[in-house]
Amino acid sequence: MLFSKADAPYLSNNSNVQSLMLKVVYALVPGSIAMFWFFGWGVLFNLVIAISVCLASEAIMLKARSRPLEPALSDGSALVTACLLALALPPLAPWWLTTIACLFAIVIAKHLYGGLGFNPFNPAMVGYVVVMISFPREMTYWTPPMGVAEGWPGLMDTFSLVFGGTVPEGQSIDTITMATPIDTLKTQINLEHDIDYIRAHRDYGELFGNVTGVGWEWINSLYMLGGIWLIWQGVIDKRIPLAFLISLILISNLFAVVDYSSYSSALFHTLSGGTMLAAFFIITDPVTASTTPRGRIIYGAGIAAITYIIRTWGGYPDGIAFAVLLMNIAVPLLDHYTRPRTYGTTDEDS
Amino acid sequence: MMVVIITLAIVAALFGLLLGYSAIRFRVEGDPVVDQIDALLPQTQCGQCTFAGCRPYAEAIAKGEADINQCPPGGETVIIALADLLDVEAKPLNAEHGEEKKSQTVVYIDEDTCIGCTLCIQACPVDAILGAAKHMHSIIESECTGCDLCIPPCPVDCIHIKPVMPTLRSWKWHQPEGGYAAPRVG
Amino acid sequence: MSAINKSNILKTGESTWKFHGGIKLPGHKDMSTKKPIGRMPSSDHYIIPLNQQMGAEGEVLVAMGDKVLKGQMLASPHGLISAAVHSPVSGKVVEIAQHHFPHPSGLAGTCIVIENDHKHEWVERNPIGDDYRNISSQQLRNIIRDAGIVGLGGATFPAAVKQTEVGIETLILNGIECEPYITCDDLLMRERADDIVKGAKIIAHIIKAEECIIAIEDNKPEAIDAVTRAVSQDGSEFIKVQSVPTIYPSGGERQLIKIINGREVPINGLPSDIHVLCHNVATSYAIYKAVFEAEPLISRVVTITGRGVKSPQNLEVDIGTSIHDCIKYCGGYNNNARALIMGGPMMGLTLNTDELPVIKATNCLLVSAGIDIRLPESEIHMPCIRCGKCVEVCPANLLPQQLYWFAGNKDYDRALEYNLFDCIECGCCAYVCPSRIPLVQYYRYAKSDIWEQERERKKSDIARQRHENRLERLEKHKQEREARLKKKRDALAKNKSGRDEEMEKKKALIAETLARVNEKKSTQKTTVKNTENLTPEQQQQISQADARREKMKKHENQ
Repeated sequence: MLFSKADAPYLSNNSNVQSLMLKVVYALVPGSIAMFWFFGWGVLFNLVIAISVCLASEAIMLKARSRPLEPALSDGSALVTACLLALALPPLAPWWLTTIACLFAIVIAKHLYGGLGFNPFNPAMVGYVVVMISFPREMTYWTPPMGVAEGWPGLMDTFSLVFGGTVPEGQSIDTITMATPIDTLKTQINLEHDIDYIRAHRDYGELFGNVTGVGWEWINSLYMLGGIWLIWQGVIDKRIPLAFLISLILISNLFAVVDYSSYSSALFHTLSGGTMLAAFFIITDPVTASTTPRGRIIYGAGIAAITYIIRTWGGYPDGIAFAVLLMNIAVPLLDHYTRPRTYGTTDEDS
Repeated sequence: MMVVIITLAIVAALFGLLLGYSAIRFRVEGDPVVDQIDALLPQTQCGQCTFAGCRPYAEAIAKGEADINQCPPGGETVIIALADLLDVEAKPLNAEHGEEKKSQTVVYIDEDTCIGCTLCIQACPVDAILGAAKHMHSIIESECTGCDLCIPPCPVDCIHIKPVMPTLRSWKWHQPEGGYAAPRVG
Repeated sequence: MSAINKSNILKTGESTWKFHGGIKLPGHKDMSTKKPIGRMPSSDHYIIPLNQQMGAEGEVLVAMGDKVLKGQMLASPHGLISAAVHSPVSGKVVEIAQHHFPHPSGLAGTCIVIENDHKHEWVERNPIGDDYRNISSQQLRNIIRDAGIVGLGGATFPAAVKQTEVGIETLILNGIECEPYITCDDLLMRERADDIVKGAKIIAHIIKAEECIIAIEDNKPEAIDAVTRAVSQDGSEFIKVQSVPTIYPSGGERQLIKIINGREVPINGLPSDIHVLCHNVATSYAIYKAVFEAEPLISRVVTITGRGVKSPQNLEVDIGTSIHDCIKYCGGYNNNARALIMGGPMMGLTLNTDELPVIKATNCLLVSAGIDIRLPESEIHMPCIRCGKCVEVCPANLLPQQLYWFAGNKDYDRALEYNLFDCIECGCCAYVCPSRIPLVQYYRYAKSDIWEQERERKKSDIARQRHENRLERLEKHKQEREARLKKKRDALAKNKSGRDEEMEKKKALIAETLARVNEKKSTQKTTVKNTENLTPEQQQQISQADARREKMKKHENQ
């Protein structure tokens, strides 16, 4: 008889960080297949580059910080960051762009703050914002989605563009790439065209497809399905995505009802761009989100508000990354003022 | 140019008057920070900080003549508390003044050897030794602070250190291991 | 079998509230409910620790070698919060010494060892019986106190101290038993429901409660039936049985009160502040035995269970029986046994030996086969990923992850601000944590560190006082000494001048007298008489004396 000594409690529900992270990756699969279908090989190259750079830089940083490689390397958090970055960055982004984004995310935004659990800013969003501001031109290298114009380039063409920076013969970068629906809409609205005109335009009207953009409807819907599965599995808290989506719908509806021609509808906002990817995968990052129940609702709503502001009046087409980082700053304040009422106390704050 | 100089001079004079008035009007009597510092010190009165007791050390800190990391019995807890109180940065214990003891200690007298010379009684800063000349001396263990000041004066070396063992009333839960990336102090 | 009075049962969902959080755990109760409560046979030796309750240890009443009877008080309560201990058998006191007993510190404590003479001789018993209705609450409390009854749900708080008769409206009997594996209260309710109900009435009489609710989790249908039947047979209208959804930790006193009447016990307060009193059903049974059979608390039902023991069951065990013997009686250990836990798998205590006595707090001996136990060597925990699952399950509605950050950093001011001491250490947070952080251990360590700091602060205040007293004393001595010295010096100076004068006077007197004498001598001639008829010796003497006188005169004149 061994008589082992241990600390109470002696039971656990056997959840662990690795299984949580892997479930997030599984939930991303449907949406990424749609991404690949509509935007081609570039998505795959992004994934390969991002995953290898993220894991390698994580291993190097752990060594540099004298930490054991296990269990940190296999906990899946670097893998999730890599996947999110790869899916958010444009498919034809050069290999060095993806690399720089991943390095900033893992080395600076995660390990220099102390590693998993200690970073205040969402690492994927930090990487995204750094390349967005530093290389604005490369960040517009989206291909036309399958079914619009010539669709996405073939394997060899994509390879030479991403890794070699060379465009195929007789083409220029402008002919290969095409702006996303969100980007197009924003540019044209700023030129005082109204939405119906834009959607019917000869050059880029077909980009918008039936609803919110060819391809984007599928991609966002599949991300949403993955996200719902994650909520059902108990991996993410439903408050954050619900608060985000509901707030976004309410705000965009408010403006769209007032002036339909200059403000996109709620449907457009929820099913275009990175909305669903953000709602269920990016803003639900537990380390950087708020931790109290009420705080999480305010956090999600805040991100939605800032996203809408940047999308409509700001300088960048998709403002989710900035919105997330801004709300990350507010998290300690939110946590402090939304502490739940302890059993036995009367209603008192902080 | 002259206008600027004159204006700035007037503004400076005004602020000077304001500050001077405040210094007089809002002066605080006494030196409460010394009491606050003294309240944080462990009262071992051992002198390892190079001052003659905890109160003189507290006064020296208040005057700025001593650093906050000179107290081994207080250890890290006291350094951090003092840093919080005085709004300065916490630093590690200054090794010149001794090392933090691993556990509380008290002393005891070997009664077979004691010669009743009262030298230890005179040395004890909290009067924790019972005895008189030519009579047996005994340590009042509950009052002993573990300062060890009685050990050097004893001419027959009959005072020994022993650790304070935890009792059913004073035991503590053990500290959890901390994992591979635990939060660290400081 | 009389019909069950339906008005006595309040079904689940009917007028119950919910507390925040909680988790659903697999029960593992069937393992030990297949057999009725057995009886652990007598042993040869019993080790009775004095420290079996919250509060002070009792004062020993017996000495080495004393003969004791079954039920005899071995130590009397010392102070208000203390409890007596009694001998479970008749025999002899063979030792009063330090022995190890189940305690989280692992330290030894004073224990009284009784050698059984196997004669089962009881001490004189005069049970009050039904007459309890005619004696005062204070007398009943004294009976309970003298019977050494403490809370048998695990907290071991002296029962009589809780039973205040001022302002209690509701008595709640806690038959919840929410921890997995433990079934002692379940079987006690199934088999001895009548006695439990009688005990409830005694307590209700002492505290003058208006209603009594016996709360039982809904995974114990047989117990609910048995107790309901007992209540209907008893016929009293003010006792009700309430079935409660099975969630851990519904059995915690504060959580149970919220479930039953929706009110929360204020922090830093007691249930009596909201007019409620809770007792465990086993405590109620013990009170019944004390009042109706004059039997002190000398035995209790213990669940011996787990995959590591061959034959899990419930036994009525005498206090002081060796745990090793109990497990042997249940078939002994299986080959896969890894750990012995006193208590349940969420809040119990791992023991590092089984040569320890069963004490009043021992509600369960869980022999774990290691499958679900978390052992230190497998426990390198990950950092907190702030997922917030712990916040969702905390029954006290705290922020466990913030408390973890503060406790780990020894930031005790913030930890207290976040209500660290309201943590009931139930373990729900550690159960759900994906990083497998031993959260409860962090909080326990932080609490005991804070208590130690309090103790040290008090000690250092005393040391400061002694030091200041010493400085005062030395200062006083110094001043006294100086005052004394000064006085002496003054006196010396004063004496000196006085003495000089006296000296002068004396000298003058002597000179005067001498002068007078010399004068007389020179004027008068002394006539020598009796010089006729002298013997030769006398003549010699006279001439010697004359010579001496001459010599002296010569000396004077020199």
